[in-house]
Parts: sequence; C-alpha cells; structure tokens
Amino acid sequence: MVSVTRRYHFSASHRLHSPSLSDTENAALFGKCNNPFGHGHNYILSVTVTGEIDERTGLLVSVRKLDALLHDKVLNQFSHCNLNTDVADFTDLIPTTENIAAVIAGRLQKFWAQYLNGRRVHLQRVHILETKKNGFEIVMRAAAATKECEQEGVSIHA
Amino acid sequence: MFVTRQVEFSASHVCRLPDVSDAENRELFGRESSPNGHGHNYVLEVTVEGEPDPVTGMVINLKKLKDILQEQVVGPMDHRFLNAEVKPFDGIVPTTENLARNLWERLAPLLDTAETSLHRIRLFETPDLYVDITRDGAQ
Repeated sequence: MVSVTRRYHFSASHRLHSPSLSDTENAALFGKCNNPFGHGHNYILSVTVTGEIDERTGLLVSVRKLDALLHDKVLNQFSHCNLNTDVADFTDLIPTTENIAAVIAGRLQKFWAQYLNGRRVHLQRVHILETKKNGFEIVMRAAAATKECEQEGVSIHA
Repeated sequence: MFVTRQVEFSASHVCRLPDVSDAENRELFGRESSPNGHGHNYVLEVTVEGEPDPVTGMVINLKKLKDILQEQVVGPMDHRFLNAEVKPFDGIVPTTENLARNLWERLAPLLDTAETSLHRIRLFETPDLYVDITRDGAQ
C-alpha cells in the first residue's frame, strides 16, 4: 500500500472550559488549559492520503491541490486565531485537540471531492501534535472503494 | 518485531512530462517541473520485520542493512541528477511516489529472506512531505 503524507503548521490559541461544569471543576479537569485568558500552541498537522499512483504522471495525489484544500478550508481559518472565539465550529464545542482533529477531518471530507479526485485518492489519517509530547490521530476507514471515508476512531498517544 | 534504519541522500530531479506544454507541467507538478531541475535532501527510513535470532539477539545485522542501503541507495543516487543518471528515471517521472517504488523494488529482493521481510519504507522528500510504501496485507 502506498500513501503520501503532507505536514502543515498552524499556531492558534484556545481555552478548555466546559460550561456544564463549575469553575472549580473546570480548573480541576483542565488544569492550566483552563486559564481564562487562554493560551496557544504551534500545532503540527499531518494529513495522509492513500490511493493508486497514476502511471502517466507518477503522482498519487496533487500536493498542490491538497495544499489548496488545507489552506482554503483549514489553515486560513485556524492560523493565528483564537479557536474558541474565531472558529464557529468551537462555539459549542471545546477545542481540545481531539475535537480539533475531528473538525479538521470533517472539513477535509466535506470538500474532498471539490479539490481532489475523490474516486481515486482517499483521506486515510489526520494526525495533530499539540506539543512535541501530545499527539492525536484519527484513522479513516474506507466505507467502500469509491465512497467517502468515515471516521474510525481517535487514538491518543503521549 | 520491527527494526528501522535511516539513510540520507541528496539528489536533483525534475518532474515533467515530455509530451505536454510547460503550462500543463506546471499545473501537474508545480515548481517540481522547473525545467533545469532542483534538489532535495532525501531521507529514507527502512523498516525490516523479523524475530530476534536466538543466538545473536538480532532481527537483522545492522552492518548488513547499512551495506545494502549504501550499495542500493546512497551509491547510485547520492549527489546524482536522477533523470539523467539513475534508471528508470530516464523514462519515468522521478516523483517521490515513483522514487519510493523504485527503492522498494531495489530493497525488497535483498531484505525478503527466510529470516526477515521488508515491512515499510518511508521516503521524505522534505520534512513536510513523505511517501510510505507498506507491504500489502501488513497491519
């Protein structure tokens, strides 16, 4: 099996705070990440694509088109923003890196066919490093060879 | 059990199809199609699967793996212009995908033995772009 992985960088701030918990419970649950003023990270996002290599061009995926998708639908909205206040997906969703990964995977799937040949190349994996020590990964399961991928699960490694 | 060894080589290439226009090449390959070529510091990670030998405690002798990588990868490719100097890239486009496939074809016959098999290769063209080839059926 052949895959291509492209790595992207974005810097953003966030605050982890659940409105259904008390301030004391939030502080206990999220620790420093509950700081009312928020804080930031240099996130490293890896996107893995699988499919077949086009024998004429030798390309599995157009990296230019993949970059365009990522810049248009993810990086331009996330980079140098406050995720809680500036990205509508997180108005009612805590911007943990698990949720950030899920939102990014959802955006990529939604616009995949618009930017890439969805019949030939598939989104396989979204991986985010929040810091060097915390990684979060969503691996897609191809529902069928020609259909859109669905989310299989989130694995977290530290 | 898996053992991974990394090797680096620096090479130049150009990604162009001879039968299409400059504009189409630019559309297909972007700056990789720049006519006079350009270079990368490629990094190759080679992962071999096997069980430690009961006598030596090793899956594979790393000296042997190092020698194979020197002979098959660094020797023929380091500080070369892939399109002109390394077959089959006189005839096919040296994209990272094709280069990874060629490296698999060079290495698999030497690493698929009674004791070991080539599990995966990961070829970095830059730190932000890599191609994996994993043995079919591997977990």
